[in-house]
Amino acid sequence: MTSVAESPAGAPFGPVATDAVQAQPAKPRAARPESAASKRELRLDLFRGLALWLIFIDHLPPNLLTWLTIRNYGFSDATEIFIFISGYTAAFVYGRAMVEQGFVVAAARILKRVWQIYVAHVFLFTIFLAEISYVATSFESPLYSEEMGILDFLKQPDVTIVQALLLRFRPVNMDVLPLYIVLMFFLPPILWLMLRKADLALTLSVALYAATWHFDLYLSAYPSGVWAFNPFAWQLLFVFGAWCALGGAQRMARILSSNITLALSIAYLLAAFFVTLTWYVPQLHPLMPRLIEQWMYPINKTDLDVLRFAHFLALAAITVRFLHRDWPGLKSPWLRPVILCGQHSLEIFCLGIFLAFAGYFILAEIAGGTLMHFVVSMSGVVLMSAAAWLFSWYKRVAAKAGPRAASNDADLAGGAA
Amino acid sequence: MRAISRVGLGLCLLAMLAPGVALADDAPGSCNVPAYLLTSDASLPKVAEALKASRPLDILVVGSRSSTIMTADATSYPWRMQSALQEKLPAATVNVAVELKVKKTAEEAIAGFAKMLEERKPVLVVWQTGTFDATRSVDPDEFRDAVDEGVALIKTAGADVILMNLQYSPRTETMISSAPYLDNLRVVAQKHEIPLFDRFAIMREWNEKGEFDLFSPSPGIDLAKRVHDCIGRALASLVIEAARINPGELRIQR
Repeated sequence: MTSVAESPAGAPFGPVATDAVQAQPAKPRAARPESAASKRELRLDLFRGLALWLIFIDHLPPNLLTWLTIRNYGFSDATEIFIFISGYTAAFVYGRAMVEQGFVVAAARILKRVWQIYVAHVFLFTIFLAEISYVATSFESPLYSEEMGILDFLKQPDVTIVQALLLRFRPVNMDVLPLYIVLMFFLPPILWLMLRKADLALTLSVALYAATWHFDLYLSAYPSGVWAFNPFAWQLLFVFGAWCALGGAQRMARILSSNITLALSIAYLLAAFFVTLTWYVPQLHPLMPRLIEQWMYPINKTDLDVLRFAHFLALAAITVRFLHRDWPGLKSPWLRPVILCGQHSLEIFCLGIFLAFAGYFILAEIAGGTLMHFVVSMSGVVLMSAAAWLFSWYKRVAAKAGPRAASNDADLAGGAA
Repeated sequence: MRAISRVGLGLCLLAMLAPGVALADDAPGSCNVPAYLLTSDASLPKVAEALKASRPLDILVVGSRSSTIMTADATSYPWRMQSALQEKLPAATVNVAVELKVKKTAEEAIAGFAKMLEERKPVLVVWQTGTFDATRSVDPDEFRDAVDEGVALIKTAGADVILMNLQYSPRTETMISSAPYLDNLRVVAQKHEIPLFDRFAIMREWNEKGEFDLFSPSPGIDLAKRVHDCIGRALASLVIEAARINPGELRIQR
């Protein structure tokens, strides 16, 4: 890692920001003469959009499309991509705000964003309550009497709802937003340090991650247990994303373009693929050495297992290497829906969770079966894309109507247009 | 709905040869379970010993009462397992007892283990756990430690153990996160080299093949009984398989 002395004192962000715009993330061929403002980093939008689609599909009951999601081919899944890119874009957008408008204004904007995410979370919780109440009143099964214990929450709505507002009671599939809220809440100080001593910020983040594992840090949840995504551990991805956005990626360009990195990444991905294969093809299971199994399992998602983090890094390294930011495919109409979804991540994320609930309802109440699963999944993806297109259209119209109407939040990966 | 799901199922089978799904020729109601779900690297030495010595096979089922039919009703899985075992091992004496740990996490359940084992002195303990922990989202690490400790207690008491995991419950899939508990049960089984009865995978298999419609909004007691019957029989197969016993040989000995 190079030192932080590259940023001249007095104007710490200026040069770094320009570099980041031109060469993010970790473009091997550095700064090219492009107008920074017109170039949006479409790869970030693309992969965040993809992550949103995968999260939606993973939240439906397993079906044909589930086999397309990356968690079946390795250790990490869409959550890693989502958190990393969120860190990247948040640092990029609010980092610039912090340099231009100062700490207080940027912090205020970040907190406004936190509030939006919180409201979105509460909205989703309401939908969950509706669903669970429906099941409670309409579903009676002697076979599943124990599972129905989950409905006991309805017996004390006062406690449950207050705990949900405190982010301590989080139903299944509603763990990502609370994590995002906490990470964003602590973004102002992280960003403040990151703009001055980027490597120190990253080092502290790694230290906190290590401490999480060593001292078993966690946030407790209601009624028992811990947060499904431990913020003390998952902050590593978020801060790492921020670090990459603020020039780190460029400084890693050398490492990323080396063939050794490539070989290591490919070897690791293949090994991880083989391990996942043994989960689905039990016949392969005897080939797994017992010692490795005992060392490796369980692969801890709550605390972002090192194996998962490494898997994400390997995926990212290969992606950055082979998918250049000026790849013409990024402009193709085929990828447009994914990219649009990535540009409106919060809205589309919430819509995805809602659609997963709704899809579940349809599969349970109206018709099941693989064909129906497929139809539900595809309709969900189409609806998400259509909604994203609508948001973009509205944003364009609003921007035309007057500069004051246009908001610029961290929605737009790679910066507001 | 039936028709749609049949078509869908056919498409599914044509479209992909899902890894690990054995396309056996089973008719509905046959309780067929792919062989890989009922084989185990681990063995049940105490069970084998008891059977070979013609001692009674005392099985203790410790469970959290998955279904409301479990109490002393001959249709719940412990008793279905008993009759299946008795059928397959006519020469042996199979006794089954059930110990209910209703609304108890694994950690709370093991508190009574020492006393229970001393009183019952089982040859084999079938321990069904995880559901209550999952509905209360107990810390998976704590859950693993508790199961680990419980298994150690049973083994120290000189009995074999089979761990049984959660039911596959499509209705509550969006509300209960079962994956960490399934994983941790597998980890403990591996660590102690004991068989895991993968009830979750087996029931999901049945649901996918249309053997049972576990999605049904009004399943009724009849479905529960049929599922328990199949679970009991599958469990009996696992016991025999893991004990490495050839029922034919036992018969000759007598």
